[in-house]
Amino acid sequence: MINLTAASREQRIRLGLKKRHRAERQFKFYGALAIVFGLACVFLLFGDIVSKGHKAFQLTYINLEVTYDQDILGVNDPTDARQVSLGNFHGAIKAGLKNRFPEATGRKNKRELYSLVSNGAGYNLRDRLIENPVLLGKTIKIWVIADDDVDTYYKSIGESDGPFTGRTSEQKEGWLKELIKAGDIEKRFNFNFFTEGDSREPELAGIRGAAMGSFYTLIITILLAFPLGVAAAVYLEEFAPRNRWTGFIEVNINNLAAVPSIIFGLLGLAVFINFFHVPRSVPLVGGLVLTLMTLPTIIISSRAAIKSVPPSIREAAIGVGASPMQVVLHHVLPLAMPGMLTGAIIGMARALGETAPLLMIGMVAFIVDIPSGFHDPSTALPVQIFLWADSPERAFVEKTSAAIMVLLAFLIVMNTFAVVLRKRLERRW
Amino acid sequence: MNTIEKHTTGITAGLQEGSSVKDSEEQHPEETVGKPLIDSPKMSIRNVDVSYSDKQAIYNVNLDVGKHEVIAMIGPSGCGKSTFLRCLNRMNDTIDSCKVSGLITLDDEDIYASDMDPVALRAKVGIVFQKPNPFPKSIYDNVAYGPRLHGLATTRAEIDEIVEVSLTRAGLWNEVKDRLDQPGTGFSGGQQQRLCIARAIAISPEVILMDEPCSALDPIASAKIEELIAELSQNYTIAIVTHSMQQAARVSNRTAYFHLGHLVEVNDTEKVFTAPTHQLTEAYITGRIG
Repeated sequence: MINLTAASREQRIRLGLKKRHRAERQFKFYGALAIVFGLACVFLLFGDIVSKGHKAFQLTYINLEVTYDQDILGVNDPTDARQVSLGNFHGAIKAGLKNRFPEATGRKNKRELYSLVSNGAGYNLRDRLIENPVLLGKTIKIWVIADDDVDTYYKSIGESDGPFTGRTSEQKEGWLKELIKAGDIEKRFNFNFFTEGDSREPELAGIRGAAMGSFYTLIITILLAFPLGVAAAVYLEEFAPRNRWTGFIEVNINNLAAVPSIIFGLLGLAVFINFFHVPRSVPLVGGLVLTLMTLPTIIISSRAAIKSVPPSIREAAIGVGASPMQVVLHHVLPLAMPGMLTGAIIGMARALGETAPLLMIGMVAFIVDIPSGFHDPSTALPVQIFLWADSPERAFVEKTSAAIMVLLAFLIVMNTFAVVLRKRLERRW
Repeated sequence: MNTIEKHTTGITAGLQEGSSVKDSEEQHPEETVGKPLIDSPKMSIRNVDVSYSDKQAIYNVNLDVGKHEVIAMIGPSGCGKSTFLRCLNRMNDTIDSCKVSGLITLDDEDIYASDMDPVALRAKVGIVFQKPNPFPKSIYDNVAYGPRLHGLATTRAEIDEIVEVSLTRAGLWNEVKDRLDQPGTGFSGGQQQRLCIARAIAISPEVILMDEPCSALDPIASAKIEELIAELSQNYTIAIVTHSMQQAARVSNRTAYFHLGHLVEVNDTEKVFTAPTHQLTEAYITGRIG
């Protein structure tokens, strides 16, 4: 024991205190720094995605005078569905373009001219005729969808490095400038993006098909994973004897939660498609695979929720003579439900964002039709993002970002719902 | 032999003034002193041992519980009185490692017999726990839960009646009759505990076990529960575990003193507190151990 005078003892403590306070300040600073870094990354990511993606919610249209010319269309009875479906509506639009810019002559020039509008522009014309058959033979002024090159060009006007010309020739640029001057070209809200399926033409491509695919897949996943997960959790927590076997099962459930998702895709391919011959590329098999992937997460969170039900409530129920099953059904499950639902929603959010396992089971195909059920080939939102990111057309860049925005919106909504649910139903003991 | 040796050292260690207790042979209570056995008991317990995995908690207990009597179980912490109480309606079944041997009968029926359904047993032997544990449901549903479970009442009117009678008996009716639909968890500790008693008596049990029912309550709430116990004893057989000797003295007809898993002494309450026979009992009630 060293002998210190009161003064020197005081001094030593004060010296040490200074050091301790400095260390504490540093520690706080590092923590704050980590949070700032994290937030900066999030804002950078969101900023980048939104700045690219917001453009995709608008689409360029060209105002054109088009005649429902019977000869060009090859339609003389607009009520005949077969005739109308075979009608050459794109031809009518081409004729309209020729009228607008009569200076374009020769095959090459004409092809250049025709490429101002989208290949899908005729559909709008057709739909109008079906809606209103008296239009046949009449000339109308109509906004038609522009080609994606035009779209990109028009949207990039006013950017620091000038409009993006890319594949747009000087002649075409001249026509576009003329249209701009006449006010016959404008951006409108892109409804197609939300109502159409995938397309090779960026201006026609939408996320509806992928969103429906994701929807059907998640329906299968929640219908299978939630009851299975809850049943497994209840059995393991409430009924299973504690022995080596249950210990073994527990360890393996935890391991399963850490298995890379693509492995589940391989498993699904081998078991569901190759062995059970479930058709490939359909939401059914996607849902089955995502069920396998989500199950461990749901079991783990459900078990945690069941564990958090205080034993005193179980004892109270047993004390008045409830059977073990009644204890579970009347007390444990209702009290654990918020926690289990939260776990399930977070598991679903993870399943919604999952790409890799779906690649393995063929949900990565190019599918134009919007799936109408669990057995229609489809893709899913994250896979659609992957597909568009892979496409060479420049207009797909903004589509990719826009699809990411939609996916993120879904994820944020689901997670918020989970948080709100937990807050609302949470019970404090 | 080994366990006995361990046990006796345990007793000496448990004594604060071990010097006054020399003769371990006499201290080791092979036989319970006093009058553990009575005529025509409601419940009788014979040669009961209880152990948790390899640790024995109760050693060879013999005890009778008379009809409509209040029997108090006292003893230092960890003496096994709660464990013993929970054997009487097989609450210990929920603990995997708990093994009960010996014979416990209710109206001469072996409650551990293979054909005895613990659910049916608990309809006859209710329990009130240490910490008030009402269900997070309305007061009405708390009380009606048991009768509904056992099908004791089928119509709404019958259940209404049971709820009213039970709450009245638990001395809670006047306080809560206007807010039966409010959650039981929102009341004071004492009210919650009386609600738990109402819930226990709603299934008209024959025996009510109480596991330190007042230990989480303030003195005023405790006094109310004690009054309630006195009233209930006219209709029910009550076995109460308590850490408060005063409480045992106030509410019980007979008192059983447990020490390190042994039932040391059972006798009429006045006798136990005024003229204990066994040295350990005396040491406990005079405050030398505890």
